[in-house]
Amino acid sequence: MSATEAVKRYVSKGDCVSLGGFTVNRNPVALVHEVIRQQIDTLHVVMHSGSQVLDLLIGAGLINLVEIAYGANGRFATTCVRFRKAVEEGTITVEDYSNYQITLRFMAGAMGVPYLPTYSGLGSDIVNVWGFDKDLRSSKKSLPDKKLVVDESPFSDASRLVLVPAVKPDVTLLHVHQASEDGIARIHGLSFTDIEQARASKHVVISCEELLPSEQLREEPWLNALPHTIVDAVVHQPHGAHPTACYLHYDYDAKHLDEYRRIAADDIKFRKYLETNIFAVNDFAGYLELISTERLEEIRASPKLGYRQRGD
Amino acid sequence: MSREYSSTEMMAIACSRRIKNDDIVFCGTGLPMLAAVTAKMTHTPDCVIFFETGAMDSMLLEIPLTVADPRVMYNSSYIGGLADAFSYMQNRTTGKNVLGILSGAQIDIYGNLNSTKIGDYGTSSIRLPGSGGASDVATFVGRTIIFMKHEARRFVEKLDYLTSPGWLKGGVSRMKEGLPRGGPEYVITTLGVLSFKDKTKRMYLESYYEFTSPDEIQDNTGFSVDVSHAKPENPPTANELETLRERVDPLHLILE
Repeated sequence: MSATEAVKRYVSKGDCVSLGGFTVNRNPVALVHEVIRQQIDTLHVVMHSGSQVLDLLIGAGLINLVEIAYGANGRFATTCVRFRKAVEEGTITVEDYSNYQITLRFMAGAMGVPYLPTYSGLGSDIVNVWGFDKDLRSSKKSLPDKKLVVDESPFSDASRLVLVPAVKPDVTLLHVHQASEDGIARIHGLSFTDIEQARASKHVVISCEELLPSEQLREEPWLNALPHTIVDAVVHQPHGAHPTACYLHYDYDAKHLDEYRRIAADDIKFRKYLETNIFAVNDFAGYLELISTERLEEIRASPKLGYRQRGD
Repeated sequence: MSREYSSTEMMAIACSRRIKNDDIVFCGTGLPMLAAVTAKMTHTPDCVIFFETGAMDSMLLEIPLTVADPRVMYNSSYIGGLADAFSYMQNRTTGKNVLGILSGAQIDIYGNLNSTKIGDYGTSSIRLPGSGGASDVATFVGRTIIFMKHEARRFVEKLDYLTSPGWLKGGVSRMKEGLPRGGPEYVITTLGVLSFKDKTKRMYLESYYEFTSPDEIQDNTGFSVDVSHAKPENPPTANELETLRERVDPLHLILE
């Protein structure tokens, strides 16, 4: 299926969206470009550590609610630029969690239970300070009616625990290494929380580096990350995570990410970035042409290392 | 005073010296990675470097620029996801052997950290990245080391937001709150190394660098800190410095 068609079919205005990957690795960039091109807005995003695509969506003005653990991109952005701007200007409303709490929220959603317990959060303001008020919680179906609740274990140890509410996103967008048209997905390397995110969601759209016959992925099914029954649409898009990395295929594009940080700091330049890279092209292939085959060659991963050796 | 090394290099080396050979080292982005790799290449060849993204015992041929950098995957013993990594730290058997290395924007006298925001929660504040895995690690693991820029505006009486729990209100308050174990052991700053008193859990100065003094450290701390036990920290050895510069971060991506 084309990205245009997949996004049109499964991403809607006001949806609760979960985005795969982690900071500068395996972001569903091609799919997010398509969301931006189609101007699907008032989105609610739930995310652990993100990321390039989160920053793009926020900058494009399509998100108004974010539940998040970490809005940064490692050394490329100590705080994501458009994310920070939007929070400080009040154009998005944020509620803070930790990475494990967000992981547990997806796990609870995937398991079909209302919450999961952890010690994480005890004594912290993550438990005490809520970002959303009661009205907002009751007006938005995808938000839990409470943020985090401290309770005692009902078993004999009686320890204090933080109960973390489940999340059931309307749709999860992922970029993976291999997939088949019927929806089998395979990830090489770190899975982050992609699998839990997909399993928690009502719909799952994936883009992949390689589209393979279903029969081939069924030869070694223990290597697969997701079964075909939970994936709604598969888009074949090589380099679909650029400028973030896809292990064994290509490294993150450090030049692009450094440039992006500077561009994102300036409203006019950022608008132009969206215009040039997303609105003025028909699809992700058009964006990749702008990036150029030379640049893509420069970041091609060494098959042995899985990344591009620096200075090579 | 002129010297042959930077404050950042001293910090990475001071931290690497406090890593033990049997530690499972949880590494955040930046300085923690430099410290852990330096330790592994000098005095703790068997310590295991571990990332919240799910990579265990990576061979770091190049310094990763985020914990999701594909470089953290090379030659690991296991590749999983966040659920594996954080469960490993919360687990009673495995978590106590983990040393977490963290950093923050603000710290108080009990080693509680803020990495979420400066100012009031809302539009008048400065937004920082948030917890990431820091709050989880500070809660779960056996011991933690914290990196800080030593400035009075960062060493504060009261945090603007408590992201990652240290010794909370001191004494036994951390245990009483129900945190399973752990607590900060050292704070390694641009000026010196601080630790926490056994009973009160209040921060005190353990050592200062050859280019700083206890007085300078007190002047740059927003609360009163006991400097009476402070000793000089040994400057970097030639081997430590060469390892850090030539092998750990030869392109100076983090050292600058």
